[in-house]
Amino acid sequence: MLQPINVSLESLNLITLAPMLIAIVGALIILILDLINNKLHKSLYVMLTLLILFVDFGAVLGLNVNERGFFDVMLIDGISIISQLMIIVGSMIFIPLALTSKRFHEYSYPEFFALFLFMIAGFQFMVTSDNLILIFVGIETSSLALYTLIALHNRSNSYEAAVKYFTMGALAAAFYAMGSAVIYGLTGSIELYKVAEVMATRMNETGLMIAIFGSSVLLLVAFSFKLSLFPFHTWAPDVYEGASAPLAGFMSVVPKIAAFVVSIRIFGMYIDLGVEWVRITILVMAVLTMTLANIMALVQEDVKRMLAYSSISHAGFIMAALALDTTEGTTAIFLYYALFMFTNLGAFSMLWISRHKNRRFDQRYDHPYEKFAGFIKIMPVGAVIMGLFMLSLAGVPPFSVFWGKIYVMQAAVNAGYVWLAIVMGLNSAIAAYYYLKLIVYMFLKDPVKDVDTIYYNLSKPLMAVIGLATIATIGAIFYVQPLISYLYYMISASGY
Amino acid sequence: MDNILSVLVFFPAIAGLLGFVVNKDSARTYGITVAAIELFLSLWLWFSFDSSNAGMQFVELIPLIPDMGIGYYVGVDGISLFIILMATLMTLIGMMSMGETKNIKNMIITLLFLEMTMIGVFVALDAIIFYLFWELSLVPMLYIIGAWGGPLRVYASVKFFLYTFTGSLIMLVGMLFVAYVYHNLTGVWSFAITDWYSLVLPVNYQLWLFAAFFFGFAIKVPMFPFHTWLPYAHGQAPTIGSVILAAVLLKMGTYGFVRFSLPMFPDASVMMITPIATLAIIMIIYTAMVAYAQKDIKQVIAYSSVSHMGIIMLGIFAMNAEGISGSVFQMLSHGIVSGALFMLVGVIYDRRHTKLMSEFGGLASVMPKYAVIFGIMMMAAVGLPLTIGFVGEFLVLLGFYQVSPIMTILAGTSIIIGAIYMLAVYKKTFFGPVTNEANKTLKDLNSRETWSLVPLVLIVIWLGIYPKPILGPIDNSVKAMVSFMHEKAITQEAKDMIKVAKTDKGGF
Repeated sequence: MLQPINVSLESLNLITLAPMLIAIVGALIILILDLINNKLHKSLYVMLTLLILFVDFGAVLGLNVNERGFFDVMLIDGISIISQLMIIVGSMIFIPLALTSKRFHEYSYPEFFALFLFMIAGFQFMVTSDNLILIFVGIETSSLALYTLIALHNRSNSYEAAVKYFTMGALAAAFYAMGSAVIYGLTGSIELYKVAEVMATRMNETGLMIAIFGSSVLLLVAFSFKLSLFPFHTWAPDVYEGASAPLAGFMSVVPKIAAFVVSIRIFGMYIDLGVEWVRITILVMAVLTMTLANIMALVQEDVKRMLAYSSISHAGFIMAALALDTTEGTTAIFLYYALFMFTNLGAFSMLWISRHKNRRFDQRYDHPYEKFAGFIKIMPVGAVIMGLFMLSLAGVPPFSVFWGKIYVMQAAVNAGYVWLAIVMGLNSAIAAYYYLKLIVYMFLKDPVKDVDTIYYNLSKPLMAVIGLATIATIGAIFYVQPLISYLYYMISASGY
Repeated sequence: MDNILSVLVFFPAIAGLLGFVVNKDSARTYGITVAAIELFLSLWLWFSFDSSNAGMQFVELIPLIPDMGIGYYVGVDGISLFIILMATLMTLIGMMSMGETKNIKNMIITLLFLEMTMIGVFVALDAIIFYLFWELSLVPMLYIIGAWGGPLRVYASVKFFLYTFTGSLIMLVGMLFVAYVYHNLTGVWSFAITDWYSLVLPVNYQLWLFAAFFFGFAIKVPMFPFHTWLPYAHGQAPTIGSVILAAVLLKMGTYGFVRFSLPMFPDASVMMITPIATLAIIMIIYTAMVAYAQKDIKQVIAYSSVSHMGIIMLGIFAMNAEGISGSVFQMLSHGIVSGALFMLVGVIYDRRHTKLMSEFGGLASVMPKYAVIFGIMMMAAVGLPLTIGFVGEFLVLLGFYQVSPIMTILAGTSIIIGAIYMLAVYKKTFFGPVTNEANKTLKDLNSRETWSLVPLVLIVIWLGIYPKPILGPIDNSVKAMVSFMHEKAITQEAKDMIKVAKTDKGGF
């Protein structure tokens, strides 16, 4: 006779699920509102989404560090909290960008906002678990929502982008599933802390190294797709180009934060176990990613594609920090993204305000460099702000990304990888060229044609977002210290 | 006023921000007034400066990122004091003489921001703050060259930016490594240069770090193989851009050697004397020869400027008080003289829109005032006694004679070659009959140009005759630095090479 299974509610520690539930319930509320009245304006949904994210933010802040819940599949540690906070802040910057002065197809559907919140819930599941299956569920939830969001931008190359991203995502998911299967086969467990224990005892068994390394390679391929690392980065520029500008900016930050957290958990485990191959592979991929993406960015004719390649290169930078596997290295990942987030989203928002329905400057591209020629004469403040974003991305002090860069480089030096710091320095120098190219176009050339309507899409909420990003970019020197100490504290508290 | 350095740094920046509000027609007056106030502030700094104190004065320290050891840490000593004065002076004079009318407001605002970064570099005592101003100074200069320059301006400005940016990123890695070593030894993060001075590094570390800093500084100087950006930058830059670039921005490189490389890596510096002196001598002689071959007056001045930077480099690596003091003095004299020469070339360019020597001839009869001032500045550049150029050059050669007489003689030929190309320019441009019709009606210096050049002439002669008030504080700080290096050096060769002045004879 079967024993009834008694589960006490306290042991479930349901509070750990609260942040995701808030996002999901919020999404459902939006859908229900639409059922009741389908004539509501997008501004209502934007504000509602913002409020839900705000509540979500509060719920995350209220969590206790190092707790488990819900049959121990949920893991609330320092990095899960900070990554959730960053995901939510990134989303809060992204969402008001829907309030453009021109009408865009996708924002007229409330489903856009519901899907967006489902996606956030997916990301949150990804980062708050060390259970390979729950991570998988999180990845798929968020990715499927994201594919749809891309496709909702009503353009033929958006569909192309969505399908491309979907195909690549499916491939990555397959690799992930195979990698997890190998791990399960090796250790009989899917929870990373148990996996680590079992693997540690079996490290010196002959013949097993191949399987351990094989599992790491499969997982590395899966995450290389997600993080757009060389040689699995080829989808990124096309997808960024097809997606709307704010969504491209969002994709260059938020999904990557989530994927980085999972990578820290998985590959940090391998490196801790002493599988040096993983570290070397990651380092090689990171160096190749930043260098090749930089070189590709040099020859782009479209600002958006340039920014896409630059985002890939920045991801390579951060991936190198992951290979260090020190507390500082991990702090560097989060610090870099926290600082990069504002600048990069700001830069993509500047593209968004110049988005036209028709391609007026080039047959092929939406944002060719020529479009920004003489921007200083047309819209001086806009040009200065865009120039600041570019200088910041290039790593010119005292703007935000510079502090992330020196923290990463310092972490590399401290871990004994001086050559890595030099490679990073040289890459920043290469990167300076293409950021400078845009500055040269904006400040030193004369406008081409139809000069009056570059800032076609501008509206008050967009100005607010760009203003916020600008302040965060310029004033970085004043908030880097509290940010570092908070991140460092949270990360060391969770043992990374 | 203990926080005068912060006022000096941020006053131009705030003035620059407020400058956006100022009306276009009043922008020039606004800029000159602000630059004049800034000059008076820096003069005030000089008067309240204690010349008998060799250490850092007016020190301010505000921690910014304590977790990384970064703080807003500024101070000034005899070495940096006069470079700051020169920077404020040349900014003011440059603005006064400026003939630009296109987008004058943007130019004034850019110059004010540039002034902030220049002073920031010379007062910074925290490596990251130094780096911050160092990098930031590239942006206004990029804009000045790129927006007001000649036909190849975009290429020249981007080349200038990328060259310096690349070098300084390698320097940044060096800085991070020093901080890491400091943390390893003391358990504290610090980027303060004064903390770093106390660090005694093993020789192989010193060599690597010396190399890393060398890239950053040498590109800026610019040392011989890295000098190719400079002729482009000078060739394309507007007059004001060349003036500031030659007078102040290049000094950042040589100042960096004095402030960072020598006291931090004394042993490596001694080991690198021969290679660097070789490069410096190649730079002196080769660029002087290149200067002789130029057809364009501005290019002659540009190459002669590189050639004189070689003298400064040589003096720094003399490793004794005469040489280093002479170098610091030469930095000032080079700043004033080459700044003035670029301004003078600008004068003729404004009138004829050409800088080719073949277009001119016999100008002395048409523009007598111009010819006189040009002549004085040229003599100063050559290093004629009783001009400012002589003092520095003489001290440098005197200092380096103790290191290597042969190299000193080689470097001394620069004076001869310098005299040859400079006099050739003077002959072709000013003497002989007026052959070109267009030159017959040229107007002599107008009052704006005269009033901006006369102060420089006075300074050139005053400091040529009586350099003591300036040389005294410089010598004081340099001697303290040299004896500190002598103490700190770990190898015997370095101790032998770094000569501490026993008597008070360095100055005049």
